[in-house]
Amino acid sequence: MIIKEFRELRRDRRTLGMLIGLPLLLLVIFGYAANFYVSSVKTAVVGPQATSAAAALPSFFDVTVVEPGEGRSDAETLLRDNTVDVVIVTGQLPALALVDGSNLFAAQSIVSVLNKVGADKVTTEVLYNPELKTSWVMIPAIIGLILTFIGTIVTSIGLVRERETGTLEQLAVMPIKPSAVILGKISPYFLVASIDMVVVTVLGILLFGVPFNGNVLVFALGAALFLFVVLGLGVFISTISQTTGQAIQTAFFFLMPQILLSGMIFPLDAMAAGVRWIGYLLPLTYFTMISQGVMLRGASLTSLWLPFLVLAVMAVVVFTGATLRFRRDLAPGRRRRAATADMGADVEAPSAR
Amino acid sequence: MSFWVRSATVRNGDVLALDDVSVTVEPGSVVVVVGGDGAGKTTLLRALVGELVLERGSVRAPAPQRIGYLTAAAGSWPALTVRQNMDFVGGIYGLAGERLQQRREALLTRAGLTEAGDRLASQLSGGMRRKLGFCMAMQHQPELLVLDEPTTGVDPVSRIDLWRLVSEAAAAGAAVLMSTTYLDEAERAGSLLVLDGGRTLAEGSLADVRATLVGSITVGDRPHRAPWAWRRGRRFHEWWRDSEQPPADVMAIEPDLEDVVVALSLQRRHEIGARR
Repeated sequence: MIIKEFRELRRDRRTLGMLIGLPLLLLVIFGYAANFYVSSVKTAVVGPQATSAAAALPSFFDVTVVEPGEGRSDAETLLRDNTVDVVIVTGQLPALALVDGSNLFAAQSIVSVLNKVGADKVTTEVLYNPELKTSWVMIPAIIGLILTFIGTIVTSIGLVRERETGTLEQLAVMPIKPSAVILGKISPYFLVASIDMVVVTVLGILLFGVPFNGNVLVFALGAALFLFVVLGLGVFISTISQTTGQAIQTAFFFLMPQILLSGMIFPLDAMAAGVRWIGYLLPLTYFTMISQGVMLRGASLTSLWLPFLVLAVMAVVVFTGATLRFRRDLAPGRRRRAATADMGADVEAPSAR
Repeated sequence: MSFWVRSATVRNGDVLALDDVSVTVEPGSVVVVVGGDGAGKTTLLRALVGELVLERGSVRAPAPQRIGYLTAAAGSWPALTVRQNMDFVGGIYGLAGERLQQRREALLTRAGLTEAGDRLASQLSGGMRRKLGFCMAMQHQPELLVLDEPTTGVDPVSRIDLWRLVSEAAAAGAAVLMSTTYLDEAERAGSLLVLDGGRTLAEGSLADVRATLVGSITVGDRPHRAPWAWRRGRRFHEWWRDSEQPPADVMAIEPDLEDVVVALSLQRRHEIGARR
């Protein structure tokens, strides 16, 4: 029995990969990424004493912007655009520190450090999440997680089940284009995921008081791009899985890093550089930037151009690649007949060579 | 117009799934491909419907709109009802409205599935599911009907029903190519193709296939040469070369298709073994 089990395990490379890869992944993640403490925050200093104040700040504040000519409204713009995590507004005593509460862990660290400086020197005002509620930053991220779940796991299962029941082979022979098969298969999931997203967003607002300060259309555009990426991942997973079990196993490989390394739980800024780059390869990282930006900070499309651009590129690459792979699997022999079949003519196919 | 696969060679990795195999199906006729597991039956059928690319050889088949195909798997969507399955596939083939409804109900009636029309495909018995798959493949009245083991796992009564449906399809002018592992039912086909290990053992009518077998078949109570004998029921059938004289305790018989296929397969395997 033991020998039989080892033989089976040796041939089940996916499970073997999970057995070896998962502990290593968890070790790396929890060793290098599981850190809630942000050691340095991007800082802007504005107002008449900006230059001298910037020089006096502790090293915790990584000053990237010094603008003596700017005031509070400019400071808020810098925060809304996610250029910095905190802005020190000088020209008054005590000085005013505006903190971006949508970046929860950085904000908590900033408030903690500023409290030690003393209220006589600086007063602190947290914007976008004044009470630093975890639910306010988690819910925009969870919306992305739900979309990821539906897009990757549910979609891949739906496609693989078609393969398991033999109906995919049936479809391949029918006069229906592979693109129509793919579109028909993923459209319901796209719709269900969209409805889920709306429900979770509304519930988040109603139950947890999460604000929605930005433009709904910008949010919807970000969600649509993200959905294309995760649906593409779902289609891709279905092309490398023969059974539902394999699809779930593979989707888990894609899902877990998104939960742990997208900045949803552990702040990206607090991760070791060797792990952080993985986070920047994950689509959920960019959707979270968009959802938190739009919902909490009221960020505009212009200020969120980078996550939008990355998601758009990912959507094109992943979705196109996955559907091409699916097409190839669906109808390997169709290419040779395509030209004549469209005309309804009979086909005399020569050798493939 | 006849449809065919000529000199097809297909390789699955290192395994030669088909080695120079040909088959021709005329309109109004039924050609049955027989052979054991791994003989190449499914591969040949898939080659004809364009589901795989040949390494060598050629195929003549109608456009997909005029092909009906039942895979070796269930062939229907388990979470749809019988009628929903029919409607979905009919829609793909361009059937709609009253025409779709008439065609669907006529086929379900002939297959004895009218009562089960609103049941989920997953709730059907194996035989009913295969009959549903057949109805779905036949719905658009294809010129070429390809059925991969439609009767496997089906009870004897349902097998009779399925064969009746196949005969009706051929009578209506369809060219039917089907595979089966049941050699008794294959005997009724107008033309046979016997495959073993991806190669053609025999082809033609039942008489042609019988004629391929050189030597004689006997029946007796015990095997005389184990490698050349096989059990059928309580008795042993055995193949003898023309040069061999069967012993007195066995009786020569007119071989049926099963005897012929088993004897040809044993000969081929013996030849392969001798070459190694």
